[in-house]
Amino acid sequence: MGILDKEFSEGNIVIAKTDDLFNWARLSSLWQVGFGLACCAIEMMATSASHYDFDRFGVIPRPSPRQSDIIIISGTVTLKMATRIKRLYEQMPDPKYVISMGSCANCGGPYWEHGYHVLKGVDRVIPVDVYVPGCPPRPEALLEGLMKLQEKVRNESMIKKSA
Amino acid sequence: MKTSEEILNILKDKFGDSIIELKSDKPIDSFVLAAPLEVDKICMFLRDNSDLQFDSLMNLSGVDDANGEKVKDNKGTETINGGTLSVWYHLESTKLKHKFTLKVSTERAKPEVTSVTEIWKCADWHEREAYDMYGIIFLNHPDLRRILMPYDWEHGYPLRKDYRNPEFYQGMKVPY
Amino acid sequence: MALKTEEMVLNMGPQHPSTHGVLRLELQLEGEIIKDVIPHIGYLHRCFEKHSEAMTYPQVIPYTDRMDYLASMYNEFGYALAMERLMGIEVPERVEYIRVIMGELQRIASHLVALGTYGADIGAFTPFLFCFRDRERILHLFEITCGARLLYNYIWIGGLSNDLHPDFIRLTKEFIKDFKPNLKELNDLLSFNAIFIERTADVGILPLETAINYGVTGPNLRASGMKWDLRKDDPYSVYNKFDYEIPVGSGEKGKIGDCWDRYFIRVREMEESLKIIEQAIEQIPDGDVKSAIPKRVKPPEGQIYTRVENPRGELGYFIISDGSLNPSRVKVRAPSFVTMQVFPELCKGFMVADVVAILGSIDIVLGEIDR
Ligand code: SF4
Repeated sequence: MGILDKEFSEGNIVIAKTDDLFNWARLSSLWQVGFGLACCAIEMMATSASHYDFDRFGVIPRPSPRQSDIIIISGTVTLKMATRIKRLYEQMPDPKYVISMGSCANCGGPYWEHGYHVLKGVDRVIPVDVYVPGCPPRPEALLEGLMKLQEKVRNESMIKKSA
Repeated sequence: MKTSEEILNILKDKFGDSIIELKSDKPIDSFVLAAPLEVDKICMFLRDNSDLQFDSLMNLSGVDDANGEKVKDNKGTETINGGTLSVWYHLESTKLKHKFTLKVSTERAKPEVTSVTEIWKCADWHEREAYDMYGIIFLNHPDLRRILMPYDWEHGYPLRKDYRNPEFYQGMKVPY
Repeated sequence: MALKTEEMVLNMGPQHPSTHGVLRLELQLEGEIIKDVIPHIGYLHRCFEKHSEAMTYPQVIPYTDRMDYLASMYNEFGYALAMERLMGIEVPERVEYIRVIMGELQRIASHLVALGTYGADIGAFTPFLFCFRDRERILHLFEITCGARLLYNYIWIGGLSNDLHPDFIRLTKEFIKDFKPNLKELNDLLSFNAIFIERTADVGILPLETAINYGVTGPNLRASGMKWDLRKDDPYSVYNKFDYEIPVGSGEKGKIGDCWDRYFIRVREMEESLKIIEQAIEQIPDGDVKSAIPKRVKPPEGQIYTRVENPRGELGYFIISDGSLNPSRVKVRAPSFVTMQVFPELCKGFMVADVVAILGSIDIVLGEIDR
């Protein structure tokens, strides 16, 4: 943290917009629902493990949706699972974000044509903020997806818009 | 170690008519065709006979033979009438190291086979899967419910060759 | 027991950090003791069998990858083997060797995930990071060979999609050299850790008779004390050219077939896999890996059941061909699907907290259970 070491002595004040401050705080600690669906979940695990280290972005898996800010839909959503996913999403507190990881969650992936039990895209049941393409996306791709989401959070405003 | 022919002869002696025939004309695996409502007795014998000792059921699969008559209705959708569905049993003896394949065929209109869950516990889920995918009824099965599809799925048996996907399930659009 | 405690039904999953995917368990408890468990599966049913009927034979291979996504190489291996037997194709020696190397590397990678997540389930998070560190090395080896980290489409019917990378042998040797001390580190950290043994020994005992009757195979069966490995008992490919042991459970820390045995079998299997790989890269012959790939895959009418020893047990493919370009039926005998049935038997009489320990020890992959 270069600026904090050098430019400031004790007792200084920083002036910033509340929006910027809060957004900065929010985007640096996006807690994730610890939730994996299919093959993509293995890549998600690899992302949080030693090599790629999701933690440095402040992404920590939480066991409960009620304590989380983002949900990464990592894998194929089936019809049997879709209702549960909707419920999980509803259990999360606002503001909440969704990353759809992998072709399956984006649009059905390899199962788009004959998958009689596959939901063709998770956006049919919950709103999605960032789509990460790939089958499975590399961990780097997921990191980029997260950074895109952070960008989105950075530019949000806390002020309630009327309608 | 026994070959399929030897096993067939032992079975023929014991069961007579309910063993239909041995088919070995197709390449690779030969198999024995048996009567669907006798299969539990045959399997019990296969497991307990000291010359055979088939203590493990490797695989049980339902199959749609699609050998019925194909009918098109005026909308152009195809259904299959008549013909058979079949169930294949792949058995193995871990003690005597021999294998055996058994097949039963049953009417598509009223597919009924006796269950072998009493004999090999692992048949339980396999049979539930065959019921789920093909609608084959396993008589005496303790808990014949759907297993992979949702319990409230009402749109037929997906692996039958004439299955058609519904438009909606619980308000979700199913086709792409 | 005279004292009666309250009966309760507890739902676990489909979203639960320790169910290894989307499994739902309905636990019937009496106080803290488990009376029964009803597993509900199908939350990841992706219609593999329907897809394979709609695809041509070579097109099925990517879908087999996606069944058991921790052991994709082995799934392809099994399918390719079944098709080669059905069509009577002889594959070149080099191909067989490469397949064995890939298969065993995959076995190590898969066991590493199993062990790492098992530690994490029980509360030891560090081994998870250690295991994934080593697994990344293997994934790198796969990546330089075929370009993918997880789902490869590498083993084709009659051959391979491409030959080994020039650096592959060197990197594999380096990996083996580095991995051996890491394995010891894992043992010190987790396997012989007193708390870990306390949690896993004498828990979830699987007697051999039950195991055979339920069709349990693979490491879980061997942990119950039976020397049964298809690599030796129903040999395929070139496995009979190597010298290696089949580890069996011995009840070292508790009873035979408890969770610790099932865990430790996997550690020892990794050592054996290393031996196989070492021998295979010494002996690997030259050759063209694509020479036996058929132009058109059109097997004769018939059916075949072929099985291989996947990291989780016996993976069987039952293929019926009607003489056309598409299979008429592909049924997969998935090891986890069969093993999962015995799970209620293992849990009965143990505590709620043991469910996670038992579930982790049988090492299931939901993609394969539901297909
Ligand atoms: S996108 Fe590919 S890797 Fe991801 S869940 Fe779907 S099939 Fe698996």
